[in-house]
Amino acid sequence: MAGTAVRRRLTWQVAKVTAVTVETASVRTITLDVPGWPGHQAGQHVDIRLTDEDGYVAERSYSIASAPGEPVALTVERLDDGEVSPYLTDELRAGDDLELRGPIGGYFVWEPDDGGPLLLLAGGSGVVPLRSILRHRERTGSTVPVRLLYSSRTLNDVIYRNELDIPTAGVEVIQTLTRHQPPGWAGYARRVDAALLAEVAWPAAAMPLTYVCGPTSFVEAVSQDLVQSGYRPERVKTERFGGTGGT
Amino acid sequence: MAGLGLGKMAVMSPVSRGFHRRRQDPAANAGRVPPGQYVTEDFPVLSAGPTPHTALDRWSFSVGRRGQQKTWSWAEFRDLPSQDVTVDIHCVTKWSKLDTAWQGVSVDTLLDLAGRDGPFALAHCDGGYTTNLPVEDLTGGKAWVAYAYDGRPLEPEHGGPARLLVPHLYFWKSAKWVRSLELHDTNDPGFWENYGYHIYGDPWREQRYAGD
Repeated sequence: MAGTAVRRRLTWQVAKVTAVTVETASVRTITLDVPGWPGHQAGQHVDIRLTDEDGYVAERSYSIASAPGEPVALTVERLDDGEVSPYLTDELRAGDDLELRGPIGGYFVWEPDDGGPLLLLAGGSGVVPLRSILRHRERTGSTVPVRLLYSSRTLNDVIYRNELDIPTAGVEVIQTLTRHQPPGWAGYARRVDAALLAEVAWPAAAMPLTYVCGPTSFVEAVSQDLVQSGYRPERVKTERFGGTGGT
Repeated sequence: MAGLGLGKMAVMSPVSRGFHRRRQDPAANAGRVPPGQYVTEDFPVLSAGPTPHTALDRWSFSVGRRGQQKTWSWAEFRDLPSQDVTVDIHCVTKWSKLDTAWQGVSVDTLLDLAGRDGPFALAHCDGGYTTNLPVEDLTGGKAWVAYAYDGRPLEPEHGGPARLLVPHLYFWKSAKWVRSLELHDTNDPGFWENYGYHIYGDPWREQRYAGD
């Protein structure tokens, strides 16, 4: 599992917020102008740093929601007991400065040459880096077949809902709503488990390349189910958001 | 023009408009939380792939040069003298957890039995993960191969059957599902170190990424 060495030093820099977009009641997408941004890969993240008037500093990591070549965008879910996310979702506005460094991480990334078929499994805001992968595929003209299985609590919690509703050749979006479903809901209405994966995931024989992102419990259960159904562990990449206390 | 020319070399971070501290660490935590970290009561899980589940009768642990390693079975390993340690841990993703209680075998004990045949170690794990450490950071009562947490067998998602515990470095160095410490003459980068994370990883110097 050797990686590509990135030896460029990651320095802090000040980005300018150009837009804050409402995704759901608790989720915002923050679009940034980052002078001299070196570019990123789909799936990478950045560190952001907030400083108060007393010099107190808080740092957190956020996945990049935009594709390589697009302006850097972060999609942030407010955690009510958090210190950083409520500031980003409720206080930050266009014209503000935001200190960040990145891009960071080189394993949970996808390039068209990595091929597929792609299985993208998202729990809640775990969809963010997978959306970067989807957009990257679209922008590069890749024809790698994709299935995205996206689990949310309710329809109102679905991030990128309009974007995901746009039919895209080669991309199947399968949604499940675990807590409440609107009348006439045509998607699934249960948690992602082995039975659901057996219905919607690529067969193991197709040698899919899988990216799983979401809360720890989701990622643990789903990745275990996939391995038990014959998926090769080295082709199942995971990113866990769960329980980081105050992101 | 008093003041000019007296500026600090370090560039000060700009104040984030409207940002106010929400967390107040208890005074007891003073001096225990490295820069850029916050204290969590949870025990977050971060791994690059699925959690491996290795049966204990197929588990072994090896230490030494490649091809010349001393190897213990699970039963043999559990017969080695163990220590109970309570330490603070610091993850590069910004959380720190204080007073975590572990049981495991000191790496000093393992190297005493296997020989300290090299200045650097590359930890190898189930699932293919690796991480590199200087042997001097594994010795002198600073590192363990831990198999119990909080009085219970270590859960697979936290690295069970056994994980490395090197609390004075960022926690990615405390490799989960560890199966061997391979001794080397050179400090070859491991998994995350190859992806731009710091070759050493001292949380007190905030060595998160290469060049920090």
